[in-house]
This record gives sequence, C-alpha cells and structure tokens, in this order.
Amino acid sequence: MTTAQVSYLLIGLALVCVVVAATAAALTRDPVRQSVVLAVLGLSLALLFTVLEAPDVALSQLAVGTAVTPLLILLTVRKVRRGAAGKRPEGQRKDDEG
Amino acid sequence: MSARLRVRLFLGAAAVVAAALVWAITGLPRFGTAVHPYGSRAVAAAIRQHTANAVSSVNFDQRALDTLGEESILYAAVLGAIVLLRRLGGERRETPRPGKVLPTTRLLGATLAPVTILTGVYIIAHGALTPGGGFQGGVVLATGLHLAYVAVDYRVLERVRPLALLEAAEATAAGAFAALGLAGLAAGRAYLENVLPLGTFGQLSSSGLVAVLNAAVGVEVASGVTVLLAQFLEQAVELAEPEESQ
Repeated sequence: MTTAQVSYLLIGLALVCVVVAATAAALTRDPVRQSVVLAVLGLSLALLFTVLEAPDVALSQLAVGTAVTPLLILLTVRKVRRGAAGKRPEGQRKDDEG
Repeated sequence: MSARLRVRLFLGAAAVVAAALVWAITGLPRFGTAVHPYGSRAVAAAIRQHTANAVSSVNFDQRALDTLGEESILYAAVLGAIVLLRRLGGERRETPRPGKVLPTTRLLGATLAPVTILTGVYIIAHGALTPGGGFQGGVVLATGLHLAYVAVDYRVLERVRPLALLEAAEATAAGAFAALGLAGLAAGRAYLENVLPLGTFGQLSSSGLVAVLNAAVGVEVASGVTVLLAQFLEQAVELAEPEESQ
C-alpha cells in the first residue's frame, strides 16, 4: 500500500470511530454515562484531526473534549443529584455517583 | 402561526440552506489536494514573519483581531459563569469530607500532575514553533492542576489553586492582549500588527508579537479554565441548598 492509501484508510477508520461514538453519545440517556461517551467522542475527534494533519485542533479537542467538558457535566450532575437527595449529604468525591 | 405554516416555512428555509450548502461545497478545492489557495498564502506569510507554526501565525499575526474577539468571548463566558454560580444568600457552606482514593489512583495522579503541568508550560512556550499554543497549553495546565482533586482531595486542590490570584491573572492577561495591540499603533502601523523584532526562524525568541500574545492567551486560558472549574466545584462539593439547613 502506498502512503496515500494508508492515510486514506486511517482517515476512514477515524471517521467510523467518530460516527459510532457520536451516535452512542446521542443514544445514551444517563448523563453520567453520556459524559464518558462524550470523552470517547472527543478522543475519536482528536484522532481524526491528527490523521487529517491538524495537530493544533487535535490538541484543543483533546484538552477540552476529553477532559474539561466531561468534568463540567459530572460536576453539574453531582450538584443536581445532591440537591435532590435532600438531607442526605453525600461524600465528597464525584465518582460515588450510582 | 399555525403548525402547517410553520412546517412550510421550515421546508422553504431548509431548501434554501441546502441549495446554498451544495453550491458552496462544490466550489471547494477537492479533498486531499496539495494546493490550497488560502493555505499556500498563509504558510508563505508565516515564513515571511519567521513563525514556524503557521497556525499560530494565522491566530496571533495574520488574524490577531479575530483571536482578540475569541479570547474576549472566553473571558465573558467565565465572567458569566462566576455571576450565575455565585453563592446565594441562605446557601449553606459544607465542609467536604475526604473520599476514599485507591492507592493506584493516587500514585497515577501524583506521577501525572507534574508531567501534565510541564507539558502545558511546554505547549504554551513553544506555541509559535510547534503545534499547540496558548489555548491548548492553558487547558492542559488547568487540567494538570485538577489532578490534585482526582488523585488526592478537594482541600489539596484548594491549596494548590490560589483563586484570587488566578482571577486577577485572567483579567490582566485578557487586557494585556488588547493592550499589546497598541504597540502597532505606537509604531505608526495598524492595531495588533506584528512590529516586534522577528528573530531567527525556528528559535524560541522568533515570531515577534506572536510569542507574546500567545503567552498572554496561555495565562488567560489556564487561569480562566481553573476559575470556571472552581465555580462548578464549589457548587457541586461545598454549597448546599438553603432548605437543607432547616
């Protein structure tokens, strides 16, 4: 295989990853799980941008899409559930969500 | 407006948008071609301005005014989040209890935190030379700081995160970007024009104003994201609803 063919194959594979992860993110109903699927989508997009030779965008996507956005969603879910839990204050860590 | 009229309006607008999109996309250069009209000009300008990372040259030199708009949006967004998530009267402040952390998580976090922070500083410092820049490095830096929360404890994060200082740093860096643009006016040229000495191509000190603006954005994004996450963390971990206190 020539390098051009290899790069087209990699772009195709990354595109498939993005489509699968994005569909999974849209179909996931639970916000906590959705944040994890969103992180996977961010990772796939970073991969796609890397094989498309756009490392600057890939770095932004990696930092924002796989780390900050899922963390903001998790913290928001925690706040909402904490308010709904009433007098039963939970522990401190975000990963003790059921 | 009746439902039928609304659907008709949507279908009409959708048809116009679809036609415009098809017209625009068919006019684009083919996917994967070596020659790109804008790309070739932007890269040539980047080399002329001694900026090895052409993307940074576009962001902080050729289209620096756009980046000024973008960083102002980020600043305004963080400011909005601070106002929306502020502590309201009656909201109780709880002392968060330390949770259990697996020893392996603690080890991984303690190992990765310095590596991540160093990577963030590296990406900001080399923004004008290699892929990445102030925005990317700033987010990496803020993420590295929060490994303290994931791996150890909220109180440790509070200790490594001087919030008042970071809030001031964010505002100063955002203002510095706009103020640095005045250098061009002072030299009798355009606002945000790259008037600093360009240096040797590929050296850390090259690219003139690009490296300075890039550093300002790095400080703004790193402190801005940390301040933003601090508001969310405070709401999620510390503040309790007023009803709960009764």
